[in-house]
Amino acid sequence: MNTEANQLLPADTATDRGGPAQPLLVVRALKKYFPVRSTLFSRERKFVHAVDGVSFSVAKGRTLGIVGESGCGKSTTARLIARLMAPDGGNMIFDGEGVGEFGGLALKQFRSRLQMVFQDSFASLNPRLTIGETIAYGPQAHGMAVAPATQRAHALLDRVGLLPRQFAARYPHELSGGQRQRVNIARALAFEPRMVILDEAVAALDKSVQAQVLNLLQELKAERQLTYLFISHDLHVVHYISDDVMVMYLGQIVEMGPVEQIYGSAAHPYTQALLSAVPSMDPAHRTERSPLSGDPPNPINPLPGCRFRDRCSHAEAVCTARAPTLLPVQWPGRMTVGSSVAISNAAPCNHVVACHMNDAQSGHSQARMQEAA
Amino acid sequence: MKTMPMSPVPIDTLSAPTPPPAIADPTVGTVAPSRSYWLVVLRQLRHEPVAMTSALLLLLIIAAALLAPWLAPADPYKASMLNRLLPVGSPGHLLGTDELGRDMLTRLMYGARLSLAMGVIPVLAAFGIGTSIGLLAGYVGGRVNMVIMRMLDVFYAFPSVLLAVAIAGALGPGMSNSLIALTLVFVPQLVRVAESVTTQVRRLDYIEAARMSGAGAFSIIRVHVLGNVLGPVFVYATGLLSVSMILGSGLSFLGLGVKPPEPEWGLMLNTLRSAIYREPLVAALPGAMIFITSIAFNLLADGVRSAMDIKR
Repeated sequence: MNTEANQLLPADTATDRGGPAQPLLVVRALKKYFPVRSTLFSRERKFVHAVDGVSFSVAKGRTLGIVGESGCGKSTTARLIARLMAPDGGNMIFDGEGVGEFGGLALKQFRSRLQMVFQDSFASLNPRLTIGETIAYGPQAHGMAVAPATQRAHALLDRVGLLPRQFAARYPHELSGGQRQRVNIARALAFEPRMVILDEAVAALDKSVQAQVLNLLQELKAERQLTYLFISHDLHVVHYISDDVMVMYLGQIVEMGPVEQIYGSAAHPYTQALLSAVPSMDPAHRTERSPLSGDPPNPINPLPGCRFRDRCSHAEAVCTARAPTLLPVQWPGRMTVGSSVAISNAAPCNHVVACHMNDAQSGHSQARMQEAA
Repeated sequence: MKTMPMSPVPIDTLSAPTPPPAIADPTVGTVAPSRSYWLVVLRQLRHEPVAMTSALLLLLIIAAALLAPWLAPADPYKASMLNRLLPVGSPGHLLGTDELGRDMLTRLMYGARLSLAMGVIPVLAAFGIGTSIGLLAGYVGGRVNMVIMRMLDVFYAFPSVLLAVAIAGALGPGMSNSLIALTLVFVPQLVRVAESVTTQVRRLDYIEAARMSGAGAFSIIRVHVLGNVLGPVFVYATGLLSVSMILGSGLSFLGLGVKPPEPEWGLMLNTLRSAIYREPLVAALPGAMIFITSIAFNLLADGVRSAMDIKR
């Protein structure tokens, strides 16, 4: 009876290519431009540059947190990776194979190895299906018979902390937000995926439930050797769950690195501003004013140069002239007071930043200062 | 069932072996009941007196129509020149007689068969056709959607009565032709409802999640889209039942539907027109039946709509 359910743990480690050295996911120059409807009188083609040349890799067993303001392209990036949208450029390598390419990984196989948990726990569950049916649907779509699929669904419900006897026959509206998000996690796990994209998965939950779900995610990760892509605007949550952090601004990566380096010694003015906007737990250290003013500029046909320059206090002529590229950070420890940050050699993610102040050759007046340091 | 290796430490309260009382639902108990969505709706509907009264009335009319051969006091076709236009309450003719001396009660009962058929059949047919086309247009989207919806807009350009009369006129009079005409009138409306609901549903996360599971488009439509689209389309279609009946009666009234000796409410209304000054009560009876039946359909549709809203 239990043979099917016993296969819940990842048995297909045979698909693991290249060992731990090979990143699970490599994304190269991912692009998505949304066309803006041209008006009757202007024939000019306009595009929202939602994701504009994003490249990164996620090592096996790590959690990459993606942070940024609303509209910076976090969710679009997630949907592009999950192939819920077709990218306009760039390519992806998942577990050593190209995705959706000739001779590469077929979409159906790819999707059984990469799953996604959405923000809105209610909208992501079909109101007409019981949660047992919802979880069993995926394996059934892959050809599993009803009985073992149901059995697997029940085992997964049990694993995420919902008694199958009590919950399997319920409808989504009969569950609380936290319980629904557990169902979504169980559904994502129904395929024994290698990687799970968590798109603001805990953002809609209140703090205590958030902590429970985050702990559940951590346990599942350890138990099933999962790799997470954790998208959030909540910097505390990202700090807690991530191994590496990627900061996005207007469809581009501005800074990326191991979580302690990002939180301890942020190199990009935007990251610094974001982090200083985090409310302090200590009432003596109130955030007096927002370090960032104004909204992000219009992402429709953005101007050349650094995209952050009109909100940046360090902006100079060079920032208007050309866009900075992602370079390894030259001066770790600048932001930390009194101590240098230990750089772990095990961290496969180097601390990189796209800022002219980090580039000694850029001609930025503050660039030299760091060269000395 | 516990085949999963449980972690030694409970994750939190929810994964503890016994569920906390806050989420324990006494109605769930040990055996999970299978509560279908429609059963819930039906239970909700029972608490609406107006809808229940309408449903009862409709059941009565349907029963009278079905059992007419056994219940009707007379032959619906048998004319009697001596008993023309007897008033309501005449002995032997409870609801009087028509202009050819036929028993009104009998003819109203038989007439319910054709009139109800005129109401139900076109709506059912259009429901099937319209939902399929609407699902296709809404789910596929893009150019396909554009072509289908613009073609249907042509039908939309005509008022529904005019369109029904035009199609029935072109096809020629007769019951089946008027059924076809009515179906064609309702298809575009139902397509539009199905298409707009499908377009909304398609953007929801659970469709994305189903796509993430690698399921095919047909499976996604069948399992995830259809169930959520049928409800609103069904409600809209129940609202069309009365319209269909009135239009069908209208076609018969104009001589485009059922042929004269047949009892049908619209046709009866037409033939009794000339008697309206002599026996106004008798002449008004078929109209009253059309009115009562269509109101009952509408009120029931309203009840179903609000009953379905509760759980959303």
